[in-house]
Amino acid sequence: MNEKRILEMRGIDKTFPGVRALQGVDFFLNEGEIHALMGENGAGKSTLIKVLTGVYTKDGGTISLQGTGEVQIHSPQDAQNLGISTVYQEITLCPNLTVAENMYIGRGKGQITNWKQMNTDAEKLLRSLDIPAKATQQLASCSIAVQQMVAIARAVDMECKVLILDEPTSSLDEQEVEKLFGLMRDLKSRGVGIIFVTHFLDQVYEVCDKITVLRDGQLVGEYEIKDLPRVQLVAKMLGKEMDDLSDIKGEGGGYQGKDSGEDVFEAKDLQSDAGIKPFDFHIKKGEVNGFTGLLGSGRSECVRAIFGADRVLKGSVKMHGKPVKIAKPIDAMKCGIAYLPEDRKVDGIVGDLSVRENIILALQVLTGFFKPFSRAKANAFADEYIKKLNIKTASADTPIKSLSGGNQQKVILARWLLMHPDYLILDEPTRGIDVGTKVDIQKLVLELASEGMSVTFISSETDEMLRTCSRLVVMRDRKVVGELSGDDLTQNKIMSTIAGGESKA
Amino acid sequence: MSAKKKIKTGGIWKKIVGNQMFIPVLAILILVIVNLIKDPSFFVVTMGLNNDGFPVLSGSLISILDNGSELAILAIGMTLVTAASGGQDISVGATIAVAGSAMLRVLCGDNPRPTATQAPVILAFLVACLVGMLCGAFNGALVSAFKIQPMVATLILFTAGRSIAAWINNNELPIVPDPKFAWFAGCIPGIPIPTSVFIAAACIVAIMLVLKFTNLGLYTQAVGINENSSRLNGINPTFIKFLSFVILGLCVAVAALIKVSRISTINYSVIAKDIEMDAILAVALGGNALSGGKFNMWASILGAYIIQFLTTTLYRFKVDSEARPAYKAVVVILLVVSSAPVVRNYFSQLTKRFTSAKKEVA
Repeated sequence: MNEKRILEMRGIDKTFPGVRALQGVDFFLNEGEIHALMGENGAGKSTLIKVLTGVYTKDGGTISLQGTGEVQIHSPQDAQNLGISTVYQEITLCPNLTVAENMYIGRGKGQITNWKQMNTDAEKLLRSLDIPAKATQQLASCSIAVQQMVAIARAVDMECKVLILDEPTSSLDEQEVEKLFGLMRDLKSRGVGIIFVTHFLDQVYEVCDKITVLRDGQLVGEYEIKDLPRVQLVAKMLGKEMDDLSDIKGEGGGYQGKDSGEDVFEAKDLQSDAGIKPFDFHIKKGEVNGFTGLLGSGRSECVRAIFGADRVLKGSVKMHGKPVKIAKPIDAMKCGIAYLPEDRKVDGIVGDLSVRENIILALQVLTGFFKPFSRAKANAFADEYIKKLNIKTASADTPIKSLSGGNQQKVILARWLLMHPDYLILDEPTRGIDVGTKVDIQKLVLELASEGMSVTFISSETDEMLRTCSRLVVMRDRKVVGELSGDDLTQNKIMSTIAGGESKA
Repeated sequence: MSAKKKIKTGGIWKKIVGNQMFIPVLAILILVIVNLIKDPSFFVVTMGLNNDGFPVLSGSLISILDNGSELAILAIGMTLVTAASGGQDISVGATIAVAGSAMLRVLCGDNPRPTATQAPVILAFLVACLVGMLCGAFNGALVSAFKIQPMVATLILFTAGRSIAAWINNNELPIVPDPKFAWFAGCIPGIPIPTSVFIAAACIVAIMLVLKFTNLGLYTQAVGINENSSRLNGINPTFIKFLSFVILGLCVAVAALIKVSRISTINYSVIAKDIEMDAILAVALGGNALSGGKFNMWASILGAYIIQFLTTTLYRFKVDSEARPAYKAVVVILLVVSSAPVVRNYFSQLTKRFTSAKKEVA
């Protein structure tokens, strides 16, 4: 084994019922290296990580570590003991414990916990990493971003040699990402090997040294960052040339909403109990618009108010020009409004139910309690959308929770498309999913709009919004602060509108 | 060719073992085999005359079906409550006392020793249904609207139920004068099978029809698995949880009819004692997660009859009545442990290794 090499995975195989998740994958990590692991959803990144951390048992292949040689990792505890720490995409801490407890839970050697010592240690570490949280604060009271950073702090303090960051940045804003990168570089200089899984290409090129690309459970290759331009990276991940992506780029800004259409949905002075200021909003037939703003600016809260997902306090709503009352989601669904929620795991999927049941759920509820679909009809619906959206699943009977993130998202999308809504709200439909699916979803949005559906699209990635939306509602501090359309739809204009107050001052 | 066949049979084997019904069915089979070895007369069903001189079937199998009726009916409601709320109703025994007492009050009026029934049985039964559903609604409201943990919420009626039952009849023990009332648990003249078996069968058919022709199953499971997501898909989780308790209340009323009919009177402190635990156990024996979510109604019902099968078997073996619960506990431990995911995974790994080894040899 190479001296500087701290981790060597060779010929890793892993099979799930109906799917070969990994086939003979090699992965090498050197000391003091930040190594990006890239691939589409279902390419096998998460599976590889879970094999390495002992969540899954590998079916074949070897894992060797510097110093110890070949190792068998049977449980996350084993992995931790070997110095492999992980921060997962979804936060896996206990929200009802304090920050300090979360950082040290399950790590004491003895039975007695020195609470005072633990709290001072935690406080010190938090301060050294510049994390804005108190050791004795309950974790649930921190923002998602801070919770993520606490998870990293926990991993860092475990004296790890190999640190795995699985999509750590998907819920962080720019400054927080910067802070995280600072932390990663710091760890790198201390000789820690970092495996970085992300979908943000910019971030890969900003912080990584090497890239390993997986596709369909197989290794595509390992590359030095300087040898692999972005376009080629994307091509390798997709396994095809850039046509698809450039297609959509070509349309960028070119797409204009149909101005002629009538207002499909109109809200006046709408306010919910989620803490947003009253806002006005309307959307035309066949229009794609979006809410933009920083994380926590109230984008999601606005669309939740439209759908009746939060309690509506005041305001009037019109659908096709007729006043309607939307107090709860079913009211909105009856008006032909569909809502794909931001948090797929918490608000979207019904984990133990099959893909089929998850697809038919919304339409079934809309059809009525006393009119269940026949098995054949449900199967037909499921098969139609599995094919249409190219959902990768062993069968329609597979529980949705065993699908990869992007495929879960497609199932939820299928659920709402099956309802054939007049107005579709997509809240962060592309978060945490791969480039290929992202492009698919963007294309689908434009396609639906051209067929006359109105779509509201929310995304943290501004260029994604610029590509798809013809009008953007800009939010700051839970208030609508501007609306951009036509020539104003540029990165700069959005930034200055978001920043608004400061630029005027 | 033969290798192909082996793989195929392996697949079928895996399918059978993986099925939720596997453990309950296996348990029944084992009970049958044990009884066959010990005393084959267990399975003899004879035609005899009952006290009233009518021909009836008798034998252990009949007694299992007869005595298991109440439990099977309760298991239906308990399955729905468990699936929707992720908790259990521990008040069913006490609410059977309440519903039964209400039924007697209507049948006997103010006089605990009437010479004739004061109201038609159907009216008394409907009142019992109403009372049972009210109790269920009370529990359901606490759980769904006030978000109290099911076990804590139902602890109220668990504690107070039997006193309420006694209060309804001024602490008297009314006796139903009409011998026909005993037919609901015994046999209707001319029909050799106990009526309770038909009542249970009717309840099972009813719930199966409801599950087939409504979305109760889908909604209940969706709410049990992910309440947030269910709400955003237009389901009203509060109502579904509430509904599950009300349905259980209805099951309680039906069970109360059979229980009261068995003795034509009531004993407030003894009637349906500990039946809530058996009902919960039936759900668990069926392999349903007590934390809610997905459920299999047939498995729960089968679970109820396993418990009765076991009780009857122990009875036949002349196990001391004091010692019976201990034997029951041992069997329950075996069943529950063998259906735990950890154990099942281990065995599926084992069979996998075994079949692959066999393949290599071939």
